[in-house]
Amino acid sequence: MTILRTTLFDLMPILAVIFGFQYLVIGKPVPHLGRIMLGLLLVFLGLALFLFGLETALFPLGAVMAEQLTNPEFLPALAAGVERHWTHYYWVYLFAFAIGASTTIAEPALIAVSLKAGKVSGGTIDPFVLRVAVAIGMAIGITLGSWRIITGTPLHYMVIGAYLLVIIQTLRSPKFIIPLAFDSGGVTTSTITVPIIAALGLSLASAIPGRSPVLDGFGMIALACLFPIITVMAYAQIAEWRQRRVRARQESPPARTGHNQGEKPWDSS
Amino acid sequence: MSLLHSLFKQMLSSMRDLAPVVIVFGLFQLLVIRQPLPPHVGVADLIIGLISVLLGLTLFVKGLEIGLFPVGENLAHAFARKASVFWLILFAFSLGFGTTIAEPALTAVSGKAALVLSDAALIANDDEAQRLFSITLRIVVALSVGSAVVLGVLRILKGWPLHYLIIAGYALVLVLTAFAPDEIVGIAYDSGGVTTSTITVPLLAALGVGLASSIKGRNPMLDGFGLIAFASVMPIIFVLVFGLIRFGGVA
Repeated sequence: MTILRTTLFDLMPILAVIFGFQYLVIGKPVPHLGRIMLGLLLVFLGLALFLFGLETALFPLGAVMAEQLTNPEFLPALAAGVERHWTHYYWVYLFAFAIGASTTIAEPALIAVSLKAGKVSGGTIDPFVLRVAVAIGMAIGITLGSWRIITGTPLHYMVIGAYLLVIIQTLRSPKFIIPLAFDSGGVTTSTITVPIIAALGLSLASAIPGRSPVLDGFGMIALACLFPIITVMAYAQIAEWRQRRVRARQESPPARTGHNQGEKPWDSS
Repeated sequence: MSLLHSLFKQMLSSMRDLAPVVIVFGLFQLLVIRQPLPPHVGVADLIIGLISVLLGLTLFVKGLEIGLFPVGENLAHAFARKASVFWLILFAFSLGFGTTIAEPALTAVSGKAALVLSDAALIANDDEAQRLFSITLRIVVALSVGSAVVLGVLRILKGWPLHYLIIAGYALVLVLTAFAPDEIVGIAYDSGGVTTSTITVPLLAALGVGLASSIKGRNPMLDGFGLIAFASVMPIIFVLVFGLIRFGGVA
């Protein structure tokens, strides 16, 4: 019951905005009112069901993985008095990488965006490679995020490093890719992935000795949003560089063919 | 296309979203961990919960498609094309605010943030205080997204270059990080990533593309997208400031 009430509360502002502006400013009734009411009912029921599933499945899923993979019985045995090294948690990194890459590569929003990007770039950008670039960026972000929690590296060092990289790349990348790269950071963190990685991070921070959930538990989502920006711009830079090289070769073919130039029909492009 | 048929198609697409998570989790359980789940995690609960997520996301997205998006997109186009700058800005702000409050990923993260802060005794350890904190946090983030959309709209109207504004935003984030209490930094950075998902992106994209295509000399591809980029930097700034006010700066 409380879920239904809070869901209604969550939806009030957007309903007020849409219908308020429609009636008060535009001053025309909404067309197809019945259909729209049906849609709103579905939104309400769906959101309530989702929030219920969030608590019963998505949070526990992330938390239980963190618990099991950091359990002392699961980790390599330690000699007496030896401190645990961050490399012992390799399964955590592998899990983080797998979750990041697998949830991103098939994301429908990303597929749509990458097809569009392929068209706009006039063939420089391959939509599939772009998707791979985003998925790798996301996976690197989550993996580094879990490494950071395990080692206790302050989040802002990593964010500053990533920001500097993004800024340098922004200044050097082809112009058309910049808005796309920034948006790809937002596209990757879907409604399903966010709760799982949030729970993963918080449980890691409470399971690893010496870490606190408040100081170390957050930040994975932030890194998961930053790294796709970096990999997408890197891909665009590489693609542009390769195309420049191909063009340069086409303009001056003698450069590579040596003294026999022009006499090998199979070597002309 | 009948409603049931399109619901079924939507369900397949939700399944595709959920499948990688279930597969990776299952593989790790079977091949790597090879232990029964801990007693506090019931398999039945997990299954019921996953089915709820699947059905919930399906109904939610389909409902948005037939209920909210047509009206929202019409409004966005109408305001982008002929409204005065005042109404356009007001609409942009309200749209950013309203969509963010309803965003399920933000609900998830702000709830966790309240729980963790109350465990650390930074806010009172009762349900009421946690609820209040998570609502406040969501309102702060929603205000920030509203402001981000306004900035994005102004950028499209004036033709400011996106990257200078983003770099300025980053610089502000870094300066604020130095002063904000450590406990809020992680939450602030994460809140930048949760604002841009199910509801916000399609409506903002409609506004951005509508605006860019109605102004001469703007490219919808180049200018329409930037709205979302601001919506992921501005929340960090707002939440850091909120942390400074709520918990005080570092000594």
